[in-house]
Parts: sequence; structure tokens; C-alpha cells
Amino acid sequence: MSMIIDHVSYIYGEGTPLARKALSDININIPDGQFVGIIGHTGSGKSTLMQHLNGLLKATEGHIYFNGEDIYDADYDMKKLRGKVGLVFQYPEHQLFEIDVFSDVCFGPKNLGLEKKEVELRAYDALRKVGLPEELYYQSPFELSGGQKRRVAIAGVLAMKPEMLILDEPTAGLDPKGRDEILGQIKKLQAQTGMTILLVSHSMEDVAEYVDRIIVMNQGTVMMDDTPREVFRHYRELEEVGLAAPQVTYIMHALKEKGLDVDVDVTTIEEAAAELVRVLK
Amino acid sequence: MLRDITLGQYYQTESIIHKMDPRVKLGGTLLFIISLFFFKNFLGYAIAAVFLGIVIWLSRVPFKFMVRGMKTIMLLLMITVLFNLFLTPGTPVITIWKLTITAEGIRMAVSMAVRLSLLIIGSSLMTLTTTPNNLTDGMEKMLRPLRVFKVPVHEVAMMMSIALRFIPILLEETDKIMKAQIARGADFESGNLIKRAKALVPLLVPLFISAFRRANDLAMAMEARCYRGGSGRTKMKPLIYEKRDYVAYLCILVYLVISIFVGRLSF
Repeated sequence: MSMIIDHVSYIYGEGTPLARKALSDININIPDGQFVGIIGHTGSGKSTLMQHLNGLLKATEGHIYFNGEDIYDADYDMKKLRGKVGLVFQYPEHQLFEIDVFSDVCFGPKNLGLEKKEVELRAYDALRKVGLPEELYYQSPFELSGGQKRRVAIAGVLAMKPEMLILDEPTAGLDPKGRDEILGQIKKLQAQTGMTILLVSHSMEDVAEYVDRIIVMNQGTVMMDDTPREVFRHYRELEEVGLAAPQVTYIMHALKEKGLDVDVDVTTIEEAAAELVRVLK
Repeated sequence: MLRDITLGQYYQTESIIHKMDPRVKLGGTLLFIISLFFFKNFLGYAIAAVFLGIVIWLSRVPFKFMVRGMKTIMLLLMITVLFNLFLTPGTPVITIWKLTITAEGIRMAVSMAVRLSLLIIGSSLMTLTTTPNNLTDGMEKMLRPLRVFKVPVHEVAMMMSIALRFIPILLEETDKIMKAQIARGADFESGNLIKRAKALVPLLVPLFISAFRRANDLAMAMEARCYRGGSGRTKMKPLIYEKRDYVAYLCILVYLVISIFVGRLSF
């Protein structure tokens, strides 16, 4: 699959006195199987852009091509698009509503018009993929813990078997263990299914650890689009727009200034540890 | 999407009417509306219109906002006019096919139309110049004497203020939940009435849960700040009458006397 965002702009409240340009001329090409991180300050347009990719919002200018088709074509099936491009919102547990966990996860595939057997199969599969213990499948979703609820919500989207999965701050409000679990599960998912994943996050560490490519958004435009190493090398520019590099990068820079000949382009703790071992041997 | 619903239509600007005590505006509007029902001749309506016109001018709210309130009752107005025009018995003036328009009919129709219009514009003026919270404060203060009859005035006013406060928050929540469910393939737009009602379940259940959760948190926050109800509770910005409020009451009184006197003269 591929997603091509072509000269997309979006104006909030077009025609009203409160009109605001949320996206300006966005051009992004996302090939199959990539794990992309989207970072940016609040208000930079990242959530707005994500909502364009599954047709929730319609661009005021430009086109979006999913698998070669223009999603703004008159006869394009938006429902089908939403089956292929799964979007998990922030605090997704707020969307849970069914009597039990299993029924809630079935909601998505049911909306796709699939047969009962296929729906249930997908629900089981999705719940297994997020690592939810089986004894919880028939409990009310409101009796679960925050982290468990979140997994159910993510399973609800996975059950639609999307080709592309967009996660808007999936670790918001979770403790460090919860964060590692969710992100670890997502990485495993990507390795297993080859899904394209877009991870919107505020945490540079999360993004550095897991993604192949980082897109930095600022005030409705794409500021940077490169590998994590390259993006964080320009940490000064990131700081100017209210972002930063991972903590570990700053440590390496500080060490270099003190005379230790380390590679400052390190972005994760593991890399830093390996680098320090190499230099101090 | 849902954010376009503007509530209470408060128009922000600086004017003597905006600064007035909400009790004056509430009482004044009520008395104005009541006065409209006392008139027997058109001179009364004319005086009312002039009075309203002066207040509108003082309020500095553009006239087109006043007329917005009229749009909603246009249908009602039309029906009222037509019914009165064609169904009032009396001396016939014109006959179109089988329908007769009487002189009394014309009189009633115009009278009704004018009364309704003045009523709507008068009430619009009140909501355009007073914030919903201001109105609630005014009502609470005015209804305070009812506490003697064990009416929970403070509690009701508090509930109204909280409800008003949470409307935009819950609207936003509805928007979010709707989008999340649409992203899972939910369809809120197609299908017959029953189907659409069923489709609202994935929207309403999370919304209710969310509302209860917020209510719980708010209650705890209020208690943690020593809220115990209305007894002994003071206000940061108490409603105190100023000179302009007394002048306003005087003007309203003068208007009432003149308009009802003139409006009931028969000629």
C-alpha cells in the first residue's frame, strides 16, 4: 500500500470569521511497511493531518492518493478506506461502549459488513495481538484498568485489519511500564504483519526508539522529514520550535564537550550504552 | 462540525445595557413583554417599538443580530398571520376564491405580528447583552426570597451554571467520540429512523460515561475546596445596584405608565 499526500491544505472554519489555516501545502509520500514517527508541538497540525488520512476531514486544497486512488473521487468508498486506514485516537478508551470487551472489538469488523464468523475470528485475533488476558474477554470494558481499556480500544481498530495504522499518542497517560508494553506490542505487530505505522507522539524517546523515519510538523507545515539520526542532529532547530532531541543525545553532546570522543548522533539508550562501551574499552 | 453551535448568542461589546445589572434586564424584559398584551390600539405598539428602538441603539448591538431571532419564528409568524387573516369573523374587505379577509382579521393579524416581533426582539436583546452566567446570577438573586418556601434556589442556580459551563466541553467530547466511532466504520447518517437511533448507542453510552466521570471529578474538586452548598456562601462579584440601574428602573416605570395609558385609549 502507499499513501501519497499531495499539496494538501486545510482551513478550519472556512468561510467564518474564525477561519484558520491548519495545514499548508503538505507533501508526504509513505511507502508500504514504513514505521513513521510524527512529532510536533500542540497546534502544529499533526492530529489534523492524521484525520485527513482516513477521510474524517476533507482537505480544502490538494489530493490524497491511497493505493493509487484519489480518495476525493466522487465514487470512492470512504467506509472501505476507514477499514484499510485505522486511526486510534488519543485516550481511545473513551470510545468503549459495549456490554463486554469482545462485543466492543467486534464493532469495527461488523461495520465493515463481514459475516459473523469472520467478525468473531478477527476480534479474537486482535485481542490476542494486544496481549489481553482471555479471562477479560467477556467482562464489561468499564471494569478494566486504564492500560487494559486502552488495549481493548486498540484491538477494536486492529480487528478491522488495516493496512495502515495511525496511533495518536498511544502512550498518553500511561506509566513507564504501560508505555513500554504498548509500544513493544506495536513494534511486534509491525514485524509480524508488515503494517505501515504512523506514530504521533510527544515523546522523542519513544519515537527515536521505534521509528524508521521522523516527520516534524510545525505550524501546519512539514519542517523536517528524515531518519531519526538526521532529525535529531538538528536539535537546535527543533528547540526553536519547542521540541527537543532525546535526552540521551544531549548527554552524548555534553560528554563530547568534556572530551570524550563519542558519536553524538546516538538517539537511544541502547545505542548510547554500546557507544560508551566502545569508547571506554 | 458541532462547534458551530453558538449558545445564548451573547454579543460582546461595551454598552450601558451590557453593564447593567442582569436583574434590571430580566425584570425589564418581562415587564416589557407583559405590557405588549395590554395594548388596545396601535399607538401602544408604536410607543413600545420606540422604547425598544432606543434600548437597541444604546446596546450597540448591530441590528442584524436582533433580527436573527426572528428567523426561527418566521414560520410561526406566518401561520399566525394567515390564520388571523382568514379565520376572523367580521366585516368582509376582500374575497379571494372561497376565503374572506375581514377588517377585524387584518387588525388581528397585524396586531399579532407586531406583538410577536416585539416580544422576540425584546427577549433577543436580553440574551444578546447578558452572558448566560450573568443571567443565572440575576435569577438566583431575584428568586432568593423563595428560600423561605424551601425552594432550593442556590442549588438550581449552581446546576444551571455548571450545565452551561459543560455544554461546550460535552459538545467537544461528542465530536471526539463521533470521530472515533466513524473511524471504526460507524455510520450516523444513513438508514431509516430506527437504524439511526440504534447507531447512536456507540455515541451516547461513552458520552454518558464521560459525563458521569466528569461530574464525579467536579464534585470531588468542589468538596476539596470546602463547598457545602449555598449556606453562608459569598460571591466574588456580588450583584449590587448602581445608579444606572435605578435610572433604568425609572425609565421602565415611565415607559409602562405612558404606554399602557396611551395604549388603552379607545378612539
